[in-house]
Amino acid sequence: MQKSIKTVPDNGGHFGPYGGMYVPETLMEPLQELAREYEKARRDKRFRQELDYYLREYVGRPTPLYFAERMTDELRGPKIYLKREDLLHTGAHKINNTVGQILLAKRMNKRRIIAETGAGQHGVATATVAAMFGMECVVYMGAVDMQRQALNVYRMRLLGADVRSVTAGQQTLKEAINEAMRDWVTNVRSTHYILGSVLGAHPYPMMVRDFQSVIGLEARTQILKQEGRLPAALVACVGGGSNSIGLFHAFLGDKRVRMIGVEGGGRGIRPGDHAARFQRGGSLGVLQGTRTFVLQDDDGQIMLTHSVSAGLDYAAVGPEHSYLRDQKRIEYTYATDDEALEAFQFCSRVEGIIPALESAHAVAHVMKNARKLRGVVIVNLSGRGDKDVMQVADILKLEK
Amino acid sequence: MNRIDAKFAALRAAERKGFIAYICAGDPNLKMTISLAREFERVGVDVLELGIPFSDPLADGVVNQLAAERALRSGTTLAGVLDAVARLRRAGCRIPIVFYIYYNLIHRHGVGRFAREAAAAGVDGALALDLPPEEAAAYERAMKRAGLCPIYLIAPTTPEKRIAEICRHASGFIYYVSREGVTGMQKTVSGSIAPRMAVIRRHTSIPVAVGFGVSDPEQARNIAQHGDAVVVGSAIVNQIAKGRSARAVSRFVAPMVKAVNDARPRR
Ligand SMILES: Cc1ncc(COP(=O)(O)O)c(C=O)c1O
Repeated sequence: MQKSIKTVPDNGGHFGPYGGMYVPETLMEPLQELAREYEKARRDKRFRQELDYYLREYVGRPTPLYFAERMTDELRGPKIYLKREDLLHTGAHKINNTVGQILLAKRMNKRRIIAETGAGQHGVATATVAAMFGMECVVYMGAVDMQRQALNVYRMRLLGADVRSVTAGQQTLKEAINEAMRDWVTNVRSTHYILGSVLGAHPYPMMVRDFQSVIGLEARTQILKQEGRLPAALVACVGGGSNSIGLFHAFLGDKRVRMIGVEGGGRGIRPGDHAARFQRGGSLGVLQGTRTFVLQDDDGQIMLTHSVSAGLDYAAVGPEHSYLRDQKRIEYTYATDDEALEAFQFCSRVEGIIPALESAHAVAHVMKNARKLRGVVIVNLSGRGDKDVMQVADILKLEK
Repeated sequence: MNRIDAKFAALRAAERKGFIAYICAGDPNLKMTISLAREFERVGVDVLELGIPFSDPLADGVVNQLAAERALRSGTTLAGVLDAVARLRRAGCRIPIVFYIYYNLIHRHGVGRFAREAAAAGVDGALALDLPPEEAAAYERAMKRAGLCPIYLIAPTTPEKRIAEICRHASGFIYYVSREGVTGMQKTVSGSIAPRMAVIRRHTSIPVAVGFGVSDPEQARNIAQHGDAVVVGSAIVNQIAKGRSARAVSRFVAPMVKAVNDARPRR
């Protein structure tokens, strides 16, 4: 259907100069085996049917593309639609990917599942499918994230997962990935690692993108049906980059559709205060298996990051995003903590939808730029905000 | 001739096995690293592997993670380690030195610049542990141009076809990781070393060092029967973590060196 931009990555997982496989030797063969198995699975009609079945009957797809009438009226700018990934089972887009990967793990006879999690949404989505398929599940989570997303920790434990606290470094997503990779290197023969975003070594960035691209495939059909035209712009938050690439991918060939990725601007673009890899402080590097934009210092040490949203608080961005930015196909910007908190409350008040703090960054961008945006805009509401309510209550109380 | 090649040639001529000691550079500071290098040379360590501390050492177990944290806390940088190596060479230290390094540090420094500066300082090779041959074309060219050995890992999960490919890229020595996992000490030695070594030998004649988890003279002796050299890391780093002096650490290392040197090939 679409041209060159959709032919990436190559066989080695390269998106132009980005991506690839930068892992210790022990993981090379398992990753290549995973890539081979995934290639087979995605051509296998039965695999597709099984995946569709679970997405429909268990996960709750398709999700509505909801016309946010009051938000549109309030902002007096574009006509705003929300892609309601928050309505999925477990409350975020993450489960689109975990269902796909657990079916793959089953095919490969791996009985043990591990995952990392930041906001806890990916951890919950992994623990959920592991419970459904009766598999052992270990989730690594930074100690700081365990605190700010305590509800999700309890959910994972209810679902039977072993949640392990990671206390290295800044105790957030990056350290959780390090620890998950250490586990995988050690137990690779029995274990499948369900990585939660378009990060890491090949085939993960491609595979997770493919599993998430259902978001945009649905949205494209829905908007054509509801509006009779393509949207002027798509807006999504970018942590690792899976919900954004998931929404954008089906539209890549639609030249007139603008795509805007919103990173975590934290307390502002100063070293250590943000997680916006495409802003100042971000440069080309190699982290956790992939070559991409990374927040690092002059020596190549990875910098501390900050975002009020645990799901955006990470030093690297998925390699395909670096590629599509070079191609000038996606624009990247950021929203600060304060802007996201304001959007969190605004969306709740005017639409009756409490968004995840991650998704609130996308809403914040539309709020800020309402006058500059025209036509139809689709915002990816990647998750719901139940997990963030306590944290936001604390922050807002402190500020009063 | 590169110091690594010369060392293994000498070991072979003497029908002896080599001992490779790993420490994290700058743990707890570079002054200690310099003292350790000289002590190790004195007690007969054959190759010194210097870890360059990185913020995200995902292939390392907790002992080496903590070492990297200590090293970073004392302000250790790649440039600082290069300078320390240059000082060692000026002081007459001739032990072959290999960097054990995460690729981002090389990438950030610039591949060509890294190789040139490392060679100028007196480094002999590097093991970029998250850089498989598939991604290493530019790095390998730069290393070879500078006369440095790109050293590669082979793991228990590496299939034979891949072993053959890695052997085509390797120089200096090959590092056979004797078990799946991160760095760290082990109570028992993996049983599958001998058959894997036989496979590697089918594809190369360059020396093979075996490591990951070796922690006492007995294990070192066992492992030495299979390879050309034995690597001991975490067990030594653990001594440094306890605040021992360089002299005391070398007293810990010496019996392992002797056990390895005395090991005979298993026939
Ligand atoms: C609801 C939600 N949205 C977005 C993200 C960010 O991840 P990604 O950029 O991969 O979509 C997360 C991550 O935890 C999340 O939970």
